[in-house]
Amino acid sequence: MASVAETNPPAANAGGPSWTRWLVVVVPYVWLLLFFVAPFLIILKISLSDTAIAMPPYLPTFDGFGEIGDSLSQLDFENYIFLTDDPLYIMSYLSSLRIAAISTLLLLLIGYPMALAMARAPSSIRPTLVMLVILPFWTSFLIRVYAWIGILKPDGLLTLLLQTIGLMGPDQQVQIFRTDTAVFIGIVYSYLPFMVLPLYAALEKMDNTLLEAASDLGCPPWKAFWKITFPLSLPGVIAGSMICFIPITGEFVIPDLLGGADTLMIGKTLWTEFFGNRDWPLASAVAVILLIMLVVPIAIFQNQQKKVV
Amino acid sequence: MAKSLGPVKRKFSPWTDPQAVPFIRFENITKKFGNFTAVNNLTLDIYEREFFSLLGPSGCGKTTLMRMLAGFEEPTEGRILLQGQDIRGVPPYRRPTNMMFQSYALFPHMTVEKNIAFGLQQDNMPKGEIEARVQEMLKLVKLEEFARRKPNQLSGGQRQRVALARSLAKRPKVLLLDEPLGALDKKLREETQFELMDLQHTLGLTFLIVTHDQEEAMTVSDRIAVMDKGIIMQVATPAEIYEAPNSRYVADFIGDINILEGSITDTASALGAPGTVKIESDGLSIAVDQECQAVKGDKVAFAIRPEKVRISPDAPADLSANCFYGEVWDIGYLGDFSLFIVRSEDGRLMRAAQANISRLVDRPITFGDMVWLTWSRDAGLVLTR
Repeated sequence: MASVAETNPPAANAGGPSWTRWLVVVVPYVWLLLFFVAPFLIILKISLSDTAIAMPPYLPTFDGFGEIGDSLSQLDFENYIFLTDDPLYIMSYLSSLRIAAISTLLLLLIGYPMALAMARAPSSIRPTLVMLVILPFWTSFLIRVYAWIGILKPDGLLTLLLQTIGLMGPDQQVQIFRTDTAVFIGIVYSYLPFMVLPLYAALEKMDNTLLEAASDLGCPPWKAFWKITFPLSLPGVIAGSMICFIPITGEFVIPDLLGGADTLMIGKTLWTEFFGNRDWPLASAVAVILLIMLVVPIAIFQNQQKKVV
Repeated sequence: MAKSLGPVKRKFSPWTDPQAVPFIRFENITKKFGNFTAVNNLTLDIYEREFFSLLGPSGCGKTTLMRMLAGFEEPTEGRILLQGQDIRGVPPYRRPTNMMFQSYALFPHMTVEKNIAFGLQQDNMPKGEIEARVQEMLKLVKLEEFARRKPNQLSGGQRQRVALARSLAKRPKVLLLDEPLGALDKKLREETQFELMDLQHTLGLTFLIVTHDQEEAMTVSDRIAVMDKGIIMQVATPAEIYEAPNSRYVADFIGDINILEGSITDTASALGAPGTVKIESDGLSIAVDQECQAVKGDKVAFAIRPEKVRISPDAPADLSANCFYGEVWDIGYLGDFSLFIVRSEDGRLMRAAQANISRLVDRPITFGDMVWLTWSRDAGLVLTR
């Protein structure tokens, strides 16, 4: 055996047998294929089908590979055309983007000072502060949103508080619940950790002597923030904004529970099409357009990450 | 191409002139961090156009002292005068000092040009002037072709030059250098030391440098302050620090030295200058020509640099004092000279250095040889502290 090993130097053995390395590469791809590409193709196919009163509620269905050519010929873009015909859908998309954009801006305005304060705090208490940011995750997301109903509803805790401290008469009530304001409150509250953590990560690794150098060169602290701190935290700003913006656009639970009848969001529209109208093909088309819309910001994000590395 | 060897050192010693007004004065400065006293009631004068070094081991308070001058720390007690003005409470961005940071602290998102221009922009200097000054600075540190690079695209030596250019761009009254050459290799460091001296001379600025590298301090400084535990042990020119240290600490910190503990057996200063002191150190008699405050019976140390000790296989004519007999215990070959470590019968070690004036093939003195170490009466000195 020894002679075999000598004549065939095991070049590929540097990191263990070659099949284990192959496995490491393949596992994520298999995962993506099974849980992203395959479901997406199914949705894409449904979005090109026609509605039917059947089980499942669309045509054509998959009847084995023999009929596949016949099935494909029945597919068309009818649902996509319908999406552009009815202004409801375009309004939903635009409204979602608007709410996501405003929420992301609010999150930045609230999250940045928090992250900065955390990063500048004594290093001994920083882990505790990070812990406190993560702490809400220990309770179910749904329960936290329901809690906001209890706070914001007209006879809720907020009204009670304002009445108790005398800012509001006993016959007045807070009119926030079931408005866009309630949606913004719910979104900002729920997504704040996702904004704070990337910002904190970017700010925490910043070298403080850079600010000393700026000061030494004649730059007062408020100016140094815009010249040094903010530009250096941009990767965190972009990461946090993307991580918040993308899921907020498709958000369903918060507008459904806190928003009013006129709060238009694509997640809600999709839910109505799917469960209310049982129009799976149209709902699928809505989902595909949403996905395409969100791929653009993700691509920007990826591009930015590459630049940083 | 002829290389600059640095300017010929002019006769420059304002500290000896009682009329001279110090440029920077630290007056009874104390700085405490919690219970730790970093700087302890320290007073120090630095003169205009001086190249001044703060030298000491890490934690001796030298960096704290510099940071107080830059404005990053405020003294707990005492005051700092710059050109006679108390600068307490003046924020760093309004002080006429600039600092070159140990880590360089270059702004990673700005090009070399923008880094150098940063300080000038803060003063609202006209654009044209900024450009001209940046070009001048780039030329000074020989980085013209790197103007548009980002700091992470530069080598360590180039970054150090950018940092230097940035701190010099505003023509500060005082340039503070915090371990400026620590990250460079020896060759580059030596080169840069001479360049720094050149610059300081041509620009006529006051330089304050913090370093733990005694060679660096010796090379560049007009004067050195040796610090330990928040106090200054000695302030003097490099030659004085080396040849006439005032304490065991300074003697030991700067260069290599033999220190023999003993007590004074006789002082002959009564007979007139120069005084002679006789010391007995464990059976070894030492005679030193030195004016000395100490009196008979005082515990003192005798200190002598290895290069001032002669080594010979033959016994000297005068065996009454200043000779040490022993076996060659170890030899350190350092290229330019060899260091002999000689061990006496009672186990004491003494070092002697000899310049290798010819190429070493056969050592005339080698391991195990019995040798005599001798020195003249003015070669060593008595340390009372």
